[in-house]
Amino acid sequence: MSGVRLYFKYLSMLFRSQMQYRASFLLLTFGQFFIPFAVFASLYFMFERFGQLRGWSFFEVALIFGVIHMAFSIAECFARGFDMFSSLVGAGEFDRLLVRPRSTVVQVLGSQFEFTRFGRLLQSAIVLVWALAKLPVDWNVAKGITLALMIACGVFIFAGIFILFATLCFWTVQGLEVANIFTDGGREMAQYPLDIYKRWVTVFFTFVIPFGCINYLPMLYILDRVEGRDLAYMAMPLAGAVFLVPCVLVWQIGVRHYRSTGS
Amino acid sequence: MRAYTSVWRLRFLLGLQYRTAAFAGIATQLFFGFIFIMIYIAFYEHGAGGAPIDLPDLISYTWLQQIFLTLIMLWYRDNEIFRLITSGNIAYELCRPCGIYGFWYAKLLGQRLAGASLRCLPLLPIALLLPEPYRLGFPPSIANLGLFILSLAIGLLIVVSVSMLLYISVFWTMSPVGSTLLISIAGEFFAGMVIPVPLMPEWLQKIVNFLPFRWTADFPFRVYTGHIPEREALLGIAAQLAWIVVLIGFGQWLLSRALRRTVIQGG
Repeated sequence: MSGVRLYFKYLSMLFRSQMQYRASFLLLTFGQFFIPFAVFASLYFMFERFGQLRGWSFFEVALIFGVIHMAFSIAECFARGFDMFSSLVGAGEFDRLLVRPRSTVVQVLGSQFEFTRFGRLLQSAIVLVWALAKLPVDWNVAKGITLALMIACGVFIFAGIFILFATLCFWTVQGLEVANIFTDGGREMAQYPLDIYKRWVTVFFTFVIPFGCINYLPMLYILDRVEGRDLAYMAMPLAGAVFLVPCVLVWQIGVRHYRSTGS
Repeated sequence: MRAYTSVWRLRFLLGLQYRTAAFAGIATQLFFGFIFIMIYIAFYEHGAGGAPIDLPDLISYTWLQQIFLTLIMLWYRDNEIFRLITSGNIAYELCRPCGIYGFWYAKLLGQRLAGASLRCLPLLPIALLLPEPYRLGFPPSIANLGLFILSLAIGLLIVVSVSMLLYISVFWTMSPVGSTLLISIAGEFFAGMVIPVPLMPEWLQKIVNFLPFRWTADFPFRVYTGHIPEREALLGIAAQLAWIVVLIGFGQWLLSRALRRTVIQGG
């Protein structure tokens, strides 16, 4: 339990330090709001011109967009430490974390927290609420739980990818730009329903990195596009939580292999 | 001029050192190209009749965006210049026997060309050889190709002129991240990098036509596919040149004002 307390201690420290530059903080938050906003605006313009996307309506896609962008921005807030991990290894600062009697995961998580990403979170939350209000779905408890699970497990997938590529830094020392395909690329891809893509894309993003399980498949259930086996579709997002397990295990192996750069 | 070309050459050689990063970049751009094209294909499936640009042209447009990304994106930042300004080391730059505007301009240009030659050269043949419908088409005539290269080159000069304004603004704001982020997002959107300009609604296209950004990406790409006919392309190139004169003139004036009020604290 002390790990959680320690984490919140880290958070309050980071928050106070980031608030020292208030104007810059506000401008950045504002800017972060507009990055997904530009993407969402173009999605809107595409639907305005074409009407529909292979049987999907604008608000259905907006809901999918809201879920994946919320998951991404929450993951970027919390797991930023892993995203920026290469700088920690490169500067040899990871040594300091190792000598402390606390788990490395908690310490790396606590090393960074991007409060400016709240701008991004706000934008996607607005899209989500708008889509929810406009869609003719009869909501019940089961669907509510599914939606919450989708966002939570989406966060796990993004965090898992961050951790996985941070682990590779133990061997490469440099950060790996290829990670962008899976984080930024995964986000761009998963903001549309998965069935519009070619088979190799859907297979990869369902069975290897399970973006399809936290977004497309449970969305079919929420929008009543499937009959029966409700429980299976509801439980689908849990694949995201399962994805996180090997990522953390690989991290543990990586920590044991760590050799300091000495600088 | 000799000084500028050697700055340019140094930057170029420096950029060539990061080969693995370039490889990762190529993979990323290929992936994004495929994803965007699949999305467009899905949209065009029902009733592409009303669309103002047809699918093969749009696919070429998408690949050109990905291939020439380093030349046209606005957020290709040089943190070195930001640090020079905020730390006060700008004093050294002022001692150099050549104009600071031209010096930085050459530096930024070299950096982009180095990045582009690493990413374009491998990506271009790949995109040209992909199976249908993903293939990047050839331009309809030699004239289109020539006009494309010319307009892309002038577009590059426009991008660098705009990014010079961003650097100069740091003399006033002192903190580059917030303001440059906002301008880069807007610039990229108006250049047609998020949604191609022909697919924007009419009212938005009118706004876009009044801004310099579309001349850097949207215009050369549509010249390539022949979506903009040759006569119109020539007029467009004249407009590009006018923008360069305005942007460089404004940048130099702004820089001279910034330098006049710069006070460097010792240390």
